[in-house]
Amino acid sequence: MKQLLDAEHVQQAIDRLYQAALAGLPAKGPIAVVGIRTRGETLAARIVRQLRGDKPKRHIDHGILDITFYRDDLSRRRGAPLVRATEIDFDLDDAWVLLVDDVLQTGRSIRAALDALHDFGRARCIRLGVLIDRGGRELPISADFVGHRLLVEEGQRIQLRLRETDGEEGVFLIKNRAS
Amino acid sequence: MAKKASSSSRTAPPEAPAAGGADFVWRRKDLVGLDVLSAGEIVHILDTAESFKEVSTRSIKKVPALRGKVVALMFFEDSTRTRMSFELAASRLSADTINFTAKGSSVAKGETTLDTIRNIEAMGVDIFIVRHNQSGAPHLLARQVRSSIVNAGDGQHEHPTQALLDIFTIRQRLGRLEGLKVAIVGDIAHSRVARSNILGLRKLGAEVVVVGPPTLVPSAIMPMGCSISHSLDDVLGEVDVVNMLRIQFERFSNAGMPGFPSVREYHKLYGLTTERLQRAKKNVLVMHPGPINRGVEITSQVADGPNSCILQQVTNGLAIRMAVLYLVSQGSE
Repeated sequence: MKQLLDAEHVQQAIDRLYQAALAGLPAKGPIAVVGIRTRGETLAARIVRQLRGDKPKRHIDHGILDITFYRDDLSRRRGAPLVRATEIDFDLDDAWVLLVDDVLQTGRSIRAALDALHDFGRARCIRLGVLIDRGGRELPISADFVGHRLLVEEGQRIQLRLRETDGEEGVFLIKNRAS
Repeated sequence: MAKKASSSSRTAPPEAPAAGGADFVWRRKDLVGLDVLSAGEIVHILDTAESFKEVSTRSIKKVPALRGKVVALMFFEDSTRTRMSFELAASRLSADTINFTAKGSSVAKGETTLDTIRNIEAMGVDIFIVRHNQSGAPHLLARQVRSSIVNAGDGQHEHPTQALLDIFTIRQRLGRLEGLKVAIVGDIAHSRVARSNILGLRKLGAEVVVVGPPTLVPSAIMPMGCSISHSLDDVLGEVDVVNMLRIQFERFSNAGMPGFPSVREYHKLYGLTTERLQRAKKNVLVMHPGPINRGVEITSQVADGPNSCILQQVTNGLAIRMAVLYLVSQGSE
């Protein structure tokens, strides 16, 4: 297993993503940061903590999205790992939403996430922030804020590891899709 | 918990992991009973149901998990609540549902259950929810058809989703299952709800005592790992949960039911009243699978009182059935 980015580079990427999102914040109105389980959830939590520090007067909601039920490959999968709850306990109507995920590739997870968010209300605007854009889009989706761009060959899998969930920080190349 | 559970679950397949968790993957295409499930599989269903509870709190109470799938409700025996609960669960998962009732159908013309199911399967059904008066009917079907089979109650054998929602409600209200003592009171001999509850609770490390008149509590139930009492008053002080079974009056003939005392005598000895409840633990959880015979197995004050979780059971039933339908739709074995 090869390491593509070390902890320091991951931190730089998070900073870049955060600064871009900060610059893109609307002047007024409610803000919601929604992370896609599991790594996007951790990234969103970090972003929310930093935002609340930098913008103490703004109201910032924090949500977690599990997109399992919205995936377009649901009927092709064999076996069901544990699905965890979606936690959006605030009003999404007219909110400015920052949707956060770890790695953007095909765009299918984001398509599922947009469908899921839509079931919670009509957001004023949804922006997408990803830590890594690795290319390989299969849908017309692009990120508004990107932490780091990596060119990874098709068929290869990369994984972001974060302290909270994995005990280490870094982006790793995992040999093939099946592993 | 895992260790204790596996020692009591004699029928659990050896290859199944002992406990659930984030890495556990559900593989079964059917849910025929709790006897074949491992503790880990039961916990996986409960945890999945936990996630589905949230769906019912949304303004749009629907997820597309089963979009394009067809769920057939095959009720060879009457049911209102279980059927509606399954139907609503299926529609919250965006599945299409078709309904079948034995009355006035091809079954009345002499078609066998297997032929009926095979014919309907040929229309392109993905999941069958089966209630049948013959014990073991869902097991037979699960072996014979490729679609998923979910047991919604078979004869006097099992009613897995009822037990799962009971166990889910206990875990929700009391925070755990291991080490709890649960009393199941009533006609144990004929109760599929009791059997499934005993199997599930034992696998998850709870203690079970079945309570009822000797004629309705067969000693053959003891190998399932529960103890027997013929006095509700004796056990009431030491249990954390008391699950009152319904007296099935439809089983009575004009002469009554063999082995059943008079309704008045039953109520006097085994009915859960306010006075009796005062002898129980303060936070004892009172359950009932419904429909209630008010004033027989339970009085209105108790059924509607603070210890009761009867309506919560119904609400949780929806989440459990959504979880079960979703999981079997993902299974292949």
